[in-house]
Amino acid sequence: MKRIVPLFVFLSLFSINLFAQQSVQSDVAMADLMRADGKIWVVVGVIALVFAGIVTYLIRLDSKISKIEKELNIK
Amino acid sequence: MKNNWWKILTVILLFYAIFQGLLGTVPRQPILNESIRNLYFHVTMWFAMITMLLVSMVYSVRYLRSNLQADDDKSAEFAKTGILFGVLGCITGSLWANFTWGEPWPNDPKLNSAAVGMLIYFAYLLLRSSFEDEQRRARISAVYNIFAFAIFLPLIFVLPRLTDSLHPGNGGNPAFSSYDLDSQMRLVFYPAGIGWILLGVWISNLRYRTKAIQRINNERMEIAG
Repeated sequence: MKRIVPLFVFLSLFSINLFAQQSVQSDVAMADLMRADGKIWVVVGVIALVFAGIVTYLIRLDSKISKIEKELNIK
Repeated sequence: MKNNWWKILTVILLFYAIFQGLLGTVPRQPILNESIRNLYFHVTMWFAMITMLLVSMVYSVRYLRSNLQADDDKSAEFAKTGILFGVLGCITGSLWANFTWGEPWPNDPKLNSAAVGMLIYFAYLLLRSSFEDEQRRARISAVYNIFAFAIFLPLIFVLPRLTDSLHPGNGGNPAFSSYDLDSQMRLVFYPAGIGWILLGVWISNLRYRTKAIQRINNERMEIAG
């Protein structure tokens, strides 16, 4: 017991360098403002819309081809 | 539905990638900032490309053994989709590099190797178009395809790692090992990768089915006329 307390104090000294860590929020510039404004949803919406358009095109193409395959009696 | 479940999965996975990719939390890294999210789009596109080209090579091998035109069709269409993804990968990577590395094409070994790889596959397309006879075209392009893939892999995976490179995963830069990639990002990265691969399969699937229809139409015209 007499040796454990100094040991713990000694070990906890290692965590002093944690005080040197700055708030990450302020360090690296990210799109926090876009998120706070809610504007990020515009970006998401645009990209999702474009992708939805492409997917719709693919689906229509797929059904057209399936129809022709059925007519021609291909597998 | 039994045959099309994977198409629905594609749509779900890619929508997930778009939403979670843009809205989810990512590590805050200097230089990269928000563009780290390109991991879900640029990098996954390259993985989809490699998968397409691998499948293309497998069908080439199958063609050489079976001599079935269907195998050659599939090989060609998967290669074309792979080339499409590769070109998109180059363009998106160039755009990304412009803002993070300072220039759109910094003469980096990985980039140059990727460009050479793309040229090899463009030559494959040229080769195919230079033959009239279907059988000869199929056989020669199948052989070329196998060699092209065999060269492509060392070109983009091995060579850049032997020297200095800006590109992640090469020249001592971190990449995808368990120590390098943030776990939160993995949650979006893997589904997105699968989604893009399935999208490539879907596109190739539509194309070679169209080819088969055209072939049957041509045969019927020949018989009729």
